[in-house]
Amino acid sequence: MAITGVLRPGFIQIRVLEKQAALTHYVDRLGLDKVSEEADGRIYLKAWDEFDRHSVILRPTDTAGMDVMGFKVSSDADLDVFEKRITDWGLKVDHVPEGEQPGVGRRIGFVLPSGHRIELYAAIELSETHPPIENPHVWPQEPRGMRATRFDHALLYGPDIEKNLAFFQEALDFSLAEKIDTPDGVLAIWLTCSNKAHDIAFVRHAEPGKFHHAAFFLDTWMDIGHAADIMARYDISIDVGPTRHGITRGQTIYFFDPSGNRNEVFAGGYTYYPDNPTRTWGPEELGRGIFYYERRLNDAFLSVVT
Amino acid sequence: MDSHMVRERHAIRLEDTDGSFTCYADETVLKAMERAPGFGFAVTGGRRISVGCRQGGCGVCRVQVLSGAYRTGPMSRAHVTAEEEAEGYALACRLYPQGDLTLRPARKPPPQKTTSQTTTTDPKA
Repeated sequence: MAITGVLRPGFIQIRVLEKQAALTHYVDRLGLDKVSEEADGRIYLKAWDEFDRHSVILRPTDTAGMDVMGFKVSSDADLDVFEKRITDWGLKVDHVPEGEQPGVGRRIGFVLPSGHRIELYAAIELSETHPPIENPHVWPQEPRGMRATRFDHALLYGPDIEKNLAFFQEALDFSLAEKIDTPDGVLAIWLTCSNKAHDIAFVRHAEPGKFHHAAFFLDTWMDIGHAADIMARYDISIDVGPTRHGITRGQTIYFFDPSGNRNEVFAGGYTYYPDNPTRTWGPEELGRGIFYYERRLNDAFLSVVT
Repeated sequence: MDSHMVRERHAIRLEDTDGSFTCYADETVLKAMERAPGFGFAVTGGRRISVGCRQGGCGVCRVQVLSGAYRTGPMSRAHVTAEEEAEGYALACRLYPQGDLTLRPARKPPPQKTTSQTTTTDPKA
């Protein structure tokens, strides 16, 4: 097995202001399936092409933003290995017991220099509605809404992203696929633990712990067009797109959930290998890097976060 | 009569400007501003209510209502506390007029501090 250690993004827990509006958005429009709603109020969702029990957790409260992003590692023993490496690197590690999320084994957690909480876990139940395994059809049931296939990645905003970069490379074995350099230092980094162009990304920002977007993968550029039709039909607040990123080369729409958390539908993007050079952007071309067709940032990209 | 003609509508004005834009009672002030000439700037003297998420979460369209009756939808308490709400602060994307309104843009300045803090982010807090 060539991909070892940290495998991929596994879950994201997002704060929402209104439960019913959030469910309409994530289930009926984006196309996720509702898995369960628990006594503490949290709602568990998954995309149709994911094998694990859940990947998106909605927590109704009075603010928006992200509570935590979880990465799945390949074995329980990896959790002990990473706990030591993370502690040796200099971050404090805490423990979340098995079952704190239904169907999920023990987790270890830590707060990044940028102020974001990340957790690692190895065990999660197989979904009852997982993609077909034996003599498989292309999907278990025809996808709904925007037909999101998986929770793909997140972009987070906070200070000290150079320290985040060192941490992800030195403690978790991530690679730096792309970055934006400016005379003031690194403005943004795109990190991967897999064959994807990014699994998590950070932009430098004064306030710690801020959330820019959670991205959901669609199969094709045509699916991005279909998602845009749904956004227009149901008057969903669009930030930008459909367009393309120069960085990662993915096709995209940025839009907002009913609590103001930015979502992305993302298709394409190149295949990354860990021997690839880091693609590097300068400040004079970063507009093209972020929004390839517009060739400039919009007002919201650097300032609108939850 | 066309139902469009009888929809309840109100005039929205920014403090210290002469122009106003029309907002229906069942739509948000921010939506009406985005629809107004020049995306609102043509009638607001170029003054700005920033447009962000339009969903009550990001806080960039924060205003203070100086006069007029209104109601609000759900807003993140990170941007409008209960005390501020009582003082007339609101997010324009969650602000529905029930009379003519005069507003003062009141976006909070972004924090300047660039060092990280020790965050305790209890996922269930």
